[in-house]
Amino acid sequence: MKYSYYPGCSLEKNAASYHESTMAIAGPLGLDFVEVEDWNCCGATEYHALNQTAAYALIARNLAQATKNEGLDTLVAPCSACYLNLRKCDKYMATEPELAGRVSQALAEAGLSYKGGTLHVRHLLDIVYNDVGLETLQAKTTRPLKGLRVAPYYGCMIVRPGFHNGDDDPEYPVTLDRILTALGAELVDFPMKAHCCGGHMTQISEATGFELIRRLIKSADDYEADLIVTICPMCQLNLDGFQGAMNRHFGTSYHIPVLYFTQLIGLALGLAPRDLGVGSEIVSAKEALSKIGAEVEEAEVATPRQRRDDKALPMPGRRGEG
Amino acid sequence: MHEPSRRDGFQGEVIAATPGGESLLTCIQCGTCGGSCPSGADMDHTPRQLFAMINAGLRQDVLHSNTPWYCVSCYYCTVRCPKEIPITELMYTLKRMAVREGAYDDSKAPDFSRTFIRWVEDYGRSFELGLMGTHMIRHNPFGAFKIADMGIGMITKGRMAFSPTRIKGMDGLKRILAKAKQLEAQA
Amino acid sequence: MAEKVGVYICHCGSNIAGMVDVEGLARWAGANLEDVTVARDYKFMCSSLGQELIEEDIKKEGLTRVVVGACSPHLHEKTFRKACANAGLNPYLMQMASLREQISWVSSDKDKATEKAKALISGAVRRVIEQEELFASEAPVNPNTLVVGGGVTGIQAALELADAGYHVYLVEREPSIGGHMAQFDKTFPTLDCSACILTPKMSDVGQHESITLLSYAEVEEVTGYVGNFHARIRKRARSVKEADCTGCGVCIEKCPKKVIDDVFEAGLGYRKAIYRPFPQAVPKYPVIDREACTYYLKGTCKACEKFCPTNAIDFEQQDSFLDLDVGNVILATGFDMFDSTRLPQYGYGRLANVFSNLEFERMCNAAGPTDGKVVLRDGVTTPESIAIVHCVGSRDKKHNPYCSAVCCMAALKFGHLAIEKTGAQVYSFYIDMRTPHKNYEEFYDRLLAEGMQFVRGRVAEVTDAARLPGEEGKLIVQSEDTLAGRQRRTPVDMVVLMGALEPRHDARETALKFGISCSMNGWFTERHPKLDPVATMTDGVFIAGVCQGPKDIPDSVAQGAAAAARVMAMITKGTVLIEPVVATIHEENCSGCRICNNLCPYNAITFLEDKGVSYVNAALCKGCGTCVAACPAQAISGAHFSNEQIFSEIEGLLYDAISGNGAGHKVEPAGVPA
Repeated sequence: MKYSYYPGCSLEKNAASYHESTMAIAGPLGLDFVEVEDWNCCGATEYHALNQTAAYALIARNLAQATKNEGLDTLVAPCSACYLNLRKCDKYMATEPELAGRVSQALAEAGLSYKGGTLHVRHLLDIVYNDVGLETLQAKTTRPLKGLRVAPYYGCMIVRPGFHNGDDDPEYPVTLDRILTALGAELVDFPMKAHCCGGHMTQISEATGFELIRRLIKSADDYEADLIVTICPMCQLNLDGFQGAMNRHFGTSYHIPVLYFTQLIGLALGLAPRDLGVGSEIVSAKEALSKIGAEVEEAEVATPRQRRDDKALPMPGRRGEG
Repeated sequence: MHEPSRRDGFQGEVIAATPGGESLLTCIQCGTCGGSCPSGADMDHTPRQLFAMINAGLRQDVLHSNTPWYCVSCYYCTVRCPKEIPITELMYTLKRMAVREGAYDDSKAPDFSRTFIRWVEDYGRSFELGLMGTHMIRHNPFGAFKIADMGIGMITKGRMAFSPTRIKGMDGLKRILAKAKQLEAQA
Repeated sequence: MAEKVGVYICHCGSNIAGMVDVEGLARWAGANLEDVTVARDYKFMCSSLGQELIEEDIKKEGLTRVVVGACSPHLHEKTFRKACANAGLNPYLMQMASLREQISWVSSDKDKATEKAKALISGAVRRVIEQEELFASEAPVNPNTLVVGGGVTGIQAALELADAGYHVYLVEREPSIGGHMAQFDKTFPTLDCSACILTPKMSDVGQHESITLLSYAEVEEVTGYVGNFHARIRKRARSVKEADCTGCGVCIEKCPKKVIDDVFEAGLGYRKAIYRPFPQAVPKYPVIDREACTYYLKGTCKACEKFCPTNAIDFEQQDSFLDLDVGNVILATGFDMFDSTRLPQYGYGRLANVFSNLEFERMCNAAGPTDGKVVLRDGVTTPESIAIVHCVGSRDKKHNPYCSAVCCMAALKFGHLAIEKTGAQVYSFYIDMRTPHKNYEEFYDRLLAEGMQFVRGRVAEVTDAARLPGEEGKLIVQSEDTLAGRQRRTPVDMVVLMGALEPRHDARETALKFGISCSMNGWFTERHPKLDPVATMTDGVFIAGVCQGPKDIPDSVAQGAAAAARVMAMITKGTVLIEPVVATIHEENCSGCRICNNLCPYNAITFLEDKGVSYVNAALCKGCGTCVAACPAQAISGAHFSNEQIFSEIEGLLYDAISGNGAGHKVEPAGVPA
């Protein structure tokens, strides 16, 4: 399975471990990524606030560059913000004629063009869940993540605003949950799984930004998660990089490591932590990861199931869970 | 057949500048957006209030509100809105209008966006160290100490680049952006 | 022989006259259209004076054809046909042109609108000349009625008819009649006990000599036409012989298998594998749930059989079928409750103490799973604070765009019951409080005075992720208090979701079965939203209650009675007129290919084996023309829609193209014989 690949700026440096782990698992999972030539920044959420035409022209240049990868009509982005920008731009190039017209004129200045709908923009999570599939993941797992309590964290931009490919729910997505379950991890029913990490808020309003981070970390801690699993470099940076500052701001002492889902897949596949960029977290994952492959596997149950007495009322059936 | 009724004035302007903006006319002021917003507590006005103010033509009050600048683009409001109003997109529109008219007051956000984009416009890629450095020095010189260990951590873990990467097609990108800005100004 | 055509242009006040030059149109028709001897315009053609104008002209001028340019024939075709008949002209020699719906209401340019009106009038004049005299026939009306659905609406309709002395077959899908109302504890705004006012009616139904109650049964197939329907009913096997069962209930007591009752107890309680939904069930006979019964699953047990004093258990019982002849049908099939797991942000199914409205109804009911105690999911803890969330799946484009009409009042009722039973602080989170009926607003006042707290704001989410110390261990309801303009987090012990009323999941199949239609949202479509709310476009099939759209008990009962009154009128009259606008198969041209047999949406065409040709049953045919168009041998003609009539109309419509050309070329599509 061969795809065009748009790493995005974060994966160059601060989220290099995301890139490394993606490349490390690609081979074993049968994925082949061809990087978009001379790609540029997608502008994150910043350009939209300043100049609509320039914002979409900046994104569209990447789409145009990606069409140069001949025969590849799927463009994969591991970063959720990049993914949403690319996908939204692809859509608007087809549905918003005025905006698309201006963007096309701008692209023409560099001899480029892009027609909405040419590429299929997908997030890496979607590729792993739908193209690789749970069965393959399960079959290739040599070091099950047994006993590791993980909080699956999706953030905002992959499940909202409803541009995603699959039918994952924008409120209560489950694809990452299923991937982690397939790898043998113990899942936390993380209520904040699709809530916001704060984006650039730490730079705009520190108090607001730290509060958004605190909510997520606290909830993961309340649920006694060993670590948070993320699919987005911005989320990782906020939850990991700013966790210490947040702790100081609130006088708390949370310690929740934050890893990329590709790193956990790699660990389950038996790859060496250092080949997956594990170790570059600010909040150390050392202790948490010592749980997998440890000698005694007494899976610690954090919320012991209580025996129902006769008075307890049955719970309503859950939809789409299996 | 009904023509979608477009409003004139401020509301019409906001609608015209937003993909899917017509649905703003169907707002029933239910407050799902305001209730969903993760940073709603810090906003001058909830998004819902802002829409009522747009409807009332309170242009200056709306463009001076800090509300759009507290939007973190999480899209909860957008997916929960029972009338399917693209609220996050509307926030981008209001930010752009405020920037164009110099109407925002003391938020650091527009400046952050500009600093971020300056690196992109010059190099084609973003540059975190440069961005954070510039932004911190300008807005929060003492705040830098608070997150100093984070910065050190990032550097020792090899997660911080010391110089920006420049893309090869920088000349082309500059032409694209120059043209885009020219077209935006005319739009 | 030249026909004498009268043309009548209606102003419809300013409805038509505001966009079409009606005087000019009438003058133009009189001066330019061949065979037109009289052309007039009038303010309201449908008024008595307008009708008299037509009648007088028919008599005095000897008109042989009439064209009325007015509203849609949907509304006044009957009126003008009657006027013609009064003056001695066959009513099918009148043709209407829809100047209002097809022109004035949808145009913005008066000149162009007037030009289009000329075309429509010209077309109608050419067409009417080709029209032929037709004569309606009569058919008798069978006095028996089929009522589908045994909720309060169906019960009301059945009793009204039965009390008038007419026989009713009442078909109910569940083992007992009673519907949703039987599940409720109290009813708003009077707070009288739901069971106390419903069960007397239920037992009336059970005992009524004019009602045949068919519970645990469904309508399989309906054929026939108004006055003469045939319905095939499937009676599902109860595994209990009704003739022998005394309803003593020993079988239920002895049955060792307990399962969650998803229907009557809304999943909140249990029932046995052999069960009666509730103690006052009508009929009293229990039913064995074969999917749960140990005997059916494993081949052993038979405890019920062992203990039954009258040997009424019959494990071998099969579904049986009943064929009924009825004159009319009333559909009162009700609604399904919204599945709140579709809004994951409210946590239903994930957070234990989030309840559905139906669960809360059952919890409040003294005969319910908690004996009327309001408790958390643990079954023992009394909540100290409760949030009631309005508009769950209603007024939401992603789910149902409509207002479910009953939830505001039901939420007030819940508030009252919760305060009375627990003393809890009760919050209502609403978008708009809707209390528009008699004594409803007063009930709202009462709850305000009782201390229920109202927060105007649609709930954004319900979470167990605590942010602040006061929130630990609670459910937090996050909303914007739109009146205060502030985001609020309200920690509570219990959340009740007011789910939307939705069309039955199989409403579209039901509609198809009975030849009626559904609105975009899936509710059955009435003949006219204001003036004919319980009739449908299919004569003899009536709708009542929530299956037509969300409504409360008083409105449902009123519709049930209204539908019964409509049926009684049909029965009292004794006959129905059968429209002569039907298709006819010309046997000499029919090759017996049978293409038309399966295409007919009304099952009106049968194949005559002996003659080797197909045949149209005029009583079933609605004159839709599908077979006429499909017949490869052109062996079928449609009365009132003959090729001559349609092509003449087209020629008329194209009057200026044809006359402007001067050549007067004929419109003659290939392959159609003149």
